[in-house]
Amino acid sequence: MAEAIVNSVMEIAEKEGIEKVTLVQIRVGELQQVEKDILRFALSQLRTSRLKKAKFEIRTEKAKLECRACGHTWLFSKNNLGGNASEAIHFVPDIAHTYIRCPKCGSPDFEILVGRGVLLQSVRGVK
Amino acid sequence: MVDPRTSVIVERMKDVKKVIAVSSGKGGVGKSLVASTLALVMAQKGYKVGLFDLDFTSPSTHVILGVGDVRPIEQKGIIPPKVHGLKYMSIIYYSGDLAVPLRGADVSNALIELLAITKWGSLDCLILDMPPGIGDVTLDLVRLMKRIEFLIVTTSSQLAFETVKKLIDLLESLKIPVIGLVENMKMDNSETIQRSTEKMGLKFLAAIPYDSKVEESMGKTRELLRTTVSKKIESMLSKI
Repeated sequence: MAEAIVNSVMEIAEKEGIEKVTLVQIRVGELQQVEKDILRFALSQLRTSRLKKAKFEIRTEKAKLECRACGHTWLFSKNNLGGNASEAIHFVPDIAHTYIRCPKCGSPDFEILVGRGVLLQSVRGVK
Repeated sequence: MVDPRTSVIVERMKDVKKVIAVSSGKGGVGKSLVASTLALVMAQKGYKVGLFDLDFTSPSTHVILGVGDVRPIEQKGIIPPKVHGLKYMSIIYYSGDLAVPLRGADVSNALIELLAITKWGSLDCLILDMPPGIGDVTLDLVRLMKRIEFLIVTTSSQLAFETVKKLIDLLESLKIPVIGLVENMKMDNSETIQRSTEKMGLKFLAAIPYDSKVEESMGKTRELLRTTVSKKIESMLSKI
């Protein structure tokens, strides 16, 4: 994941003519269950000269799910999952449909409204 | 907002020489069997081969290959385990025997996620077992993979061949290479599919007769390699 983020930051910096990146804002979906400190450490290991002074700002976004069958919305909680399910969702967040059911009607047909994946919110720096 | 995952897919595939998507317009024509047998035959010949089951909602190559209790290794990504001499990846590592009820957008997300995390390393050929039809996986792969070629599977049925023609039309309009067509589960001597394929300017790769022994060989790769399916697939290797 860190590799993908750094690749994308470098592509954006190149495209926008940013010589020195100063701030990278990242939004991590809760469903991904990524430890912020581990991600920050992995990113620091991949710093290029263009990213030498960059600050990585990582924000975790709560995962909100909405049932397509009954319309109920609820927040994801890994506490209700077994270890295997939790690990599976960490690697492939969409596999949540295998392990999670709507708490109201039991349907697996729900939408992940927010809180999946990793998104690059902004890349700032000196041109 | 930028999704960083797609930027790493090209990097993950950089040491893969050839990518073959085994595809069809219809389900039930034997794509998974052709993909699995092709991968096995190539691995037996000494090629470095990977097999990726992309039929997320109905995976079956693990049943054909008799994939046991193996798991990918996590090492700055996912390294697929070796099964019968080939690197094997499937969503079953994460879903087990449970159902995977995914809508189109979820299929697309799962595909991008798995392409971004799977480290294939150096391969002569990566074989993709595709879901049926022209859906999200086909469209995403065409968008995300620089080098991809399609091997089309049909049966002798006009119904299957009609859907296959639409798939071929689409691929040709997108300038995606089509290696050729395999006619599977052939039960008579009709040359209709072969003639129609050649009329479209495509290679007719093999006519595989219906072989009742195939069902008995599920999960037993040694027996599978002794079937007519396997022999026919081996004989088409030079055309791929």
